[in-house]
Amino acid sequence: MINFLFKGIIRDRSRSLFPFLIVIAGVILTVFVYCYIKGGETLIIRLNASYLTGHVKVMTKAYAQESDQIPNDLALTGIEALSRELEKGYPGFIWAPRIRFGGLLDIPDEKGETRAQGPVLGLAVNLFSPASKEVKTLDLKKALVRGRLPEKQGEMLISDEFAQKLKVEPGETATLISSTMYGSMSINNFIVAGTLRFGVTAMDRTAMIADLADIQSALDMSDAAGEILGFFGDSIYHREKADEMAVSFNSRYKDQTDEFRPIMVTLRNQNSLSALLDQFSYATGVITGIFLVAMSLVMWNAGLLGNLRRYGEIGVRLAIGEDKGHVYRSMIYESLMIGFLGSVAGTAVGLAISYYVQAKGINVSSIVKNAAVMIPTVMRARVTPFSYFIGFIPGLLATLLGASFSGIGIYKRQTSQLFKELET
Amino acid sequence: MKKVLIFLYFLFISAAAAQIPSGNSILEKADQNEVSGNKIILSEMTIHARRASRSLKAKSWVQGKERAFTEYLEPAREKGTKMLKLGDQLWTYSPSTDRIISISGHMLRQSVMGSDLSYEDMMEDPELHKLYEARVVGEETFLDRPCWVLELTAKGVDIAYYSRKVWVDKERFVLLKEDRYAKGGKLLKTLEVKSVIRVQERWVQNVVVFKDVLKTGEGTEFKIESIDFDASIPETLFSKASLRK
Repeated sequence: MINFLFKGIIRDRSRSLFPFLIVIAGVILTVFVYCYIKGGETLIIRLNASYLTGHVKVMTKAYAQESDQIPNDLALTGIEALSRELEKGYPGFIWAPRIRFGGLLDIPDEKGETRAQGPVLGLAVNLFSPASKEVKTLDLKKALVRGRLPEKQGEMLISDEFAQKLKVEPGETATLISSTMYGSMSINNFIVAGTLRFGVTAMDRTAMIADLADIQSALDMSDAAGEILGFFGDSIYHREKADEMAVSFNSRYKDQTDEFRPIMVTLRNQNSLSALLDQFSYATGVITGIFLVAMSLVMWNAGLLGNLRRYGEIGVRLAIGEDKGHVYRSMIYESLMIGFLGSVAGTAVGLAISYYVQAKGINVSSIVKNAAVMIPTVMRARVTPFSYFIGFIPGLLATLLGASFSGIGIYKRQTSQLFKELET
Repeated sequence: MKKVLIFLYFLFISAAAAQIPSGNSILEKADQNEVSGNKIILSEMTIHARRASRSLKAKSWVQGKERAFTEYLEPAREKGTKMLKLGDQLWTYSPSTDRIISISGHMLRQSVMGSDLSYEDMMEDPELHKLYEARVVGEETFLDRPCWVLELTAKGVDIAYYSRKVWVDKERFVLLKEDRYAKGGKLLKTLEVKSVIRVQERWVQNVVVFKDVLKTGEGTEFKIESIDFDASIPETLFSKASLRK
C-alpha cells in the first residue's frame, strides 16, 4: 500500500506539491532557527564562562554580593592555599585566579604628560605560568590583531579599537591608573605588547588584559584575587554537576559567619545568565510550537482543498466498497509520506544554511551594543545531533494533524447519496 | 494699658531676634577662622575600611585657598607620591612610574588614597559662604560646646553637595559637625570633629572623622600632628616641576 501511495504522490504532483513545499519551508525555518538559537546559547555560555563567570566561580561572600561593582577590597586572600585546596578537592577541574579591575589608561607623550586617556576595564590572568591554560581559554592567539602576546612581566594587551582611539601602538608605554585593594590610587606603567579583537562590544571598546602577578603588584593584592574561575576539563558546562559542586563546596563553609568566607557560584547564577539561558530554552520550544501550529493550519487547509479536488475520487472509492476508515487512513499515510519527504528535504536545506551560518556568522553588533551580559557581535549557528531530527517534529506532526482534521469529511459522505453526487 | 502690652511684646520679640545672628554672618565668621594665608601641616590619616585600618602620613604646604602641595611620607608604598593643586586643577605624581597625572572629570569623584574623602572634596572652595546660602535652624550642644545649627543651600548648580547641615561653635566659630546631602535629600557624607586646639590665635579642628555614608567602613580619621600658620613657603613649590623633585 505504501508503494501504491508513493507512486500516487510522485505521479500526481498536483496532489502533493503544495503540501510538500509548505513542509519544506516550515522545516527549513525550524531547523535553522533551532541551530541559530543553539549557536547563540553556546557562544554566550562560552564567552561568559571564559571571560567572566567560569563554569563555577569562587569569591568571598562580600565580593559576590557586590560583584558587578568589582569590589577588589573584598577580594579573596590566601589564594595559593585555596587554589591547592580546590585542585585537590575537584580533580580534573581547571582553576584560574582572576582579577577584574577598572581604571584609566593614560598614554604619555615624550615629556611624560598625558597625551590620551580613557576609562579601561581590565582582566588579570595568569599568562606566564606553564601550567596555565588562560591563553587558550581566552583564545588570545586568535584574537590578536597587532603586535604579539606578552612575553615578560610588565607587558599587556589592549583591545584594538581602544588602542586606535588612544592612538597607541604595540611597543609603546601605557599607564594604568586604578585603585589598590585598600583604595589608594595605583599608577603603573605597562608596555602594550599587542592589540586584540574580542568580538564583544563592551570589551572591544575599553578592555585590557595583563598578567595576574603584575596586577597583584599594581593593586597591592599579594596572594589575593577577586575571583577564582573553575572550568570543567572538557570545557563544556554541565549544569547538574556544577550545581552539585557549588552545594557541596558552600556546605563546608555554611557555619562560618565571616563575610570574607569563600563561596562558589555556578555560571547560571551569575550576571542574569539563568534568565537568558531559560529564554533560549523557551524560545526553542515556542518557535517549534509556532511552526507546528502554523504549518498544521496550512496543511489542514491544503487537505481540505485537496479533498475538495479529490471529491470524486474519494466518492468512487467509497462507492466501490472501500471502507471509510481505510480511505481516511490512506489519506493520513499519504500525508505522512509527504511530511516525511518534505522534512527530509527541509532538514537538508536547513542544515546547509545552518552550516553556512555556523562558519560565516551574522554580525549583530548594532543590536547588542548596549547588552548587559556578554554577547558576541558575530552570532553563529550551531548544528547539533538534534538539529537532524527537530524538523521532523513539525514536519510530520503538522501533516498528520492537517490530514486528520481535513479527512474527517470522509466520514460525512453518505453512501446513499454517492451515485447521485457522482452523476453531477 | 493694652497698647503698652502690645508695644512691650513686640519689643521683646525684636530683642530676641536681634540676638540671633544671620546664618550667612555665622558662616562668614567660620570661614574667616578656617581660611588663612600660608600654612604647613603635618597630618596623619587613618582609614578604617571594611577589612582593615591603615594609616598614611603626609606633609602639606597650603597657600590661601588656591594653591596646595602635598607629599605622602608613609607607608612605604605611598612614600613620594605627591599632589599639586593650582586653582581648579589637580595633578598627582607617582614616583614608581615618574608620571604626572592630571586628575579631572569623573576621577575627581574617586576616593583620595582609599579614604572617605574624594578629590572633589579636596578641591572645594573652603569659603562656604561664597557657595551656600545659610540660615539658622536651631541651637544645639555638640562636644560640650553650644552651637548654631545652620542649613546651607547651594547658590550654584556645579557644587558637589546641594545642601549641608553644619554645627558651628557659637563662641569660637569653628565648624564641629557637618552632614552633606545630595539634591534629592540623600545623606552622602558626614564630618565630626573630635577635638579642637588653639594654634596662633586660631581654632583648629585637630581630629576630624569623615564618613562616606555610601561606603561601608568606619570612616576616615584625619589628625593634624602639627600646623604652622603664616609659614614661609617658596613660590617654586607650587609648580609641576616640583612634583618630580
